[in-house]
Amino acid sequence: MPINYYIFVAIALFCIGVIGVLTRRNAIIIFMCVELMLNAANLLLVAFSKMHHATGAAQNANAGIEGQLFVFFIMVVAAAEVSVGLAIIVMLYRNTHSVDVNFLNRLKH
Amino acid sequence: MSQLVYLVPLFPLLGFLLNGLLRKQLPKSVTSVIGSGVILASFIVSIILFFDVRAGHAGSVELFDFISFAKVHIPFAFQVDQLSVIFLLIITGVGFLIHLYSAAYMHEENSDHFARYFAYLNLFVFSMLLLVLGANYVIMFIGWEGVGLCSYLLIGYWFKNNNYNKAANKAFIMNRIGDLGFLLAMFWLLTKTGSLTYTDVFSNTSLLTPTDITGITILFFIAATGKSAQIPLYTWLPDAMAGPTPVSALIHAATMVTAGIYLIARSNVLFSLAAYTQDIIAIIGLATALVAASIALKQNDIKKVLAYSTVSQLGYMFLALGVGAYSAAVFHVMTHAFFKALLFLGSGSVIHAMSGEQDIRQMGGLSKKLKITYFTFLIGCLAIAGFPLFSGFFSKDAILAAAFEHNTLLYIGGLIGAIMTAFYMFRLLFITFNGQFRGTEDQRHHLHESPAAMTIPLIVLAVLSFAGGFIGIPEVFMHGGDKLSAFLSPIIPVHATTLSHSTEIMLMAIAAGSVIVTILFAWFRYKNYQPKETTGIGKFLENKWYVDEIYDAAIVRPVSWLGKFLERVVERSGIDWLVNLTGKSVQYGSRQLRLFQSGQVGNYVLLMIVGMVILFALQFFFKK
Repeated sequence: MPINYYIFVAIALFCIGVIGVLTRRNAIIIFMCVELMLNAANLLLVAFSKMHHATGAAQNANAGIEGQLFVFFIMVVAAAEVSVGLAIIVMLYRNTHSVDVNFLNRLKH
Repeated sequence: MSQLVYLVPLFPLLGFLLNGLLRKQLPKSVTSVIGSGVILASFIVSIILFFDVRAGHAGSVELFDFISFAKVHIPFAFQVDQLSVIFLLIITGVGFLIHLYSAAYMHEENSDHFARYFAYLNLFVFSMLLLVLGANYVIMFIGWEGVGLCSYLLIGYWFKNNNYNKAANKAFIMNRIGDLGFLLAMFWLLTKTGSLTYTDVFSNTSLLTPTDITGITILFFIAATGKSAQIPLYTWLPDAMAGPTPVSALIHAATMVTAGIYLIARSNVLFSLAAYTQDIIAIIGLATALVAASIALKQNDIKKVLAYSTVSQLGYMFLALGVGAYSAAVFHVMTHAFFKALLFLGSGSVIHAMSGEQDIRQMGGLSKKLKITYFTFLIGCLAIAGFPLFSGFFSKDAILAAAFEHNTLLYIGGLIGAIMTAFYMFRLLFITFNGQFRGTEDQRHHLHESPAAMTIPLIVLAVLSFAGGFIGIPEVFMHGGDKLSAFLSPIIPVHATTLSHSTEIMLMAIAAGSVIVTILFAWFRYKNYQPKETTGIGKFLENKWYVDEIYDAAIVRPVSWLGKFLERVVERSGIDWLVNLTGKSVQYGSRQLRLFQSGQVGNYVLLMIVGMVILFALQFFFKK
């Protein structure tokens, strides 16, 4: 399968994520959109890794393993980020009874 | 024994520190005892040193390494020899009498200011002692700067009067002009001879070309014109009368102004090699003597007359230096220290009695109430006028004889100066002490003789003013009578006179005769003085040849105009504008940038994305 398809899918996922972050006001949806962007990056990493080592894979089953390892790192970081982020959202809700990010403009002060 | 020399400047330094640091605690009596006592202690050590040197133990004492780099080695060393001990005796001896007198004269000051006054006086004496004791030009320069500073502090002692501050500034700035000459001469000497120690420099004069010697000596002479108030830098000295009267006596008669003479007498080896410089010195000295004497003829402030007479007498000393009669100059320094200190202290006593009045037109007839002051002042006048047998007669005669030997014109100029001196001094004496009292009734009731602490120094100085000349009796009268020249001969080669005895006696007779005639003339003219408006040339002299006005127009105003120009144009609309512009643009920029911080999370993310897109775009369009 040509690499272009993977790239198109990744771009589509990323753009959906960006637009979601920019336009939505619900903190949980913004969070999910951030996850979308991260996974777009993950998809590209795996795809490029596979493509880059297409010839090497015939001799060595482990070739191109680095790109795939990065994906696991990103997943770990994303999981950590989610746990912190959800905790913030919980606190936000307890304080304001809303998860609307526009209520957070007090960050200015 | 000469190891004791460090004690001489140490005592006044201690006195300065004690009085200066404890001025709020010490009562006036303690302050005056400390202030005068340290000078007396220095005087006693100086006497010991004098006898030591007379026994033949001259030399230099090195205390510690002061500056040492590359091949240059400048020790902190003191020179104890014939020339420096003479100056030590003058400074500490006359200085002690003036300190004693000050204790009584300044009694109306409160104890804080009283101690400040004594601290300054002690610091001044300390600096002056460093100046004459240094074994190299650097130590001398430290003292040289020190006396400049102290004169500034003492002239501006009554700092609440702004005119006095201006006089202090004037003295300081004029001195600084001269100091520049001193510095340049030192650098020049150091480059050429590699040393600034007197003995090294004077034994290595072969390393100097005639141009070097002329240049160095002229620079030293410029330094001397600043400190010793010669044309063109003399105008600070009359203004320096703003300080308390004993200060005038100490700084502007007995010690500080003689620093220039000391510098040249000390460097006589160099100056003897520079005939051109010597001519300049003689001419400037004579011109100063005549100009200052002519101004003194018409002054009405008792201290101003004395100030101009100081300038004039300093001119005589420079005349002597210029014609190579160094020991005559030192002799005149010494006698002048006696009679000028006497005259200043006497005028202080008069001012004290007149409750601060300094204008002689308001005085008159004081001889009846102030007998001791009158008699001592009379002796001072006779001495300065060169009346036979008084000290000024011998020293002035030595100078005039040397001038005659050098050039008849110089002699005639000197003689005219001597006649003017006799005239203005006796004019001052007669107007002040004879005739009718012209002051107010209050002043008449208040007239009184000064206390003993003031009259005793006057009496001692009067005795010295009379007898001080006997250490330099000319060869004509007494074989081996000129003890001073003989004493100084290791430092200053004896000036062998070529004049025949009959010529010398004739010169003395002319000088003495003209002085006596002048005194009689002054007596008839001023015994019943009534003030009247001066006109014509008198007005010109009363206004001091308008020199201050000329300097003001030619130098002070252009410089202050330039300063104003630089302040308004370069400073305010140039540098300030640029600095303010920087501040304002940063302020404006941040006020605009502040709006970005809206607090809306969406905005932040949008900006982040926009930034990223821009970065990617740049990367895309401008790669390599």
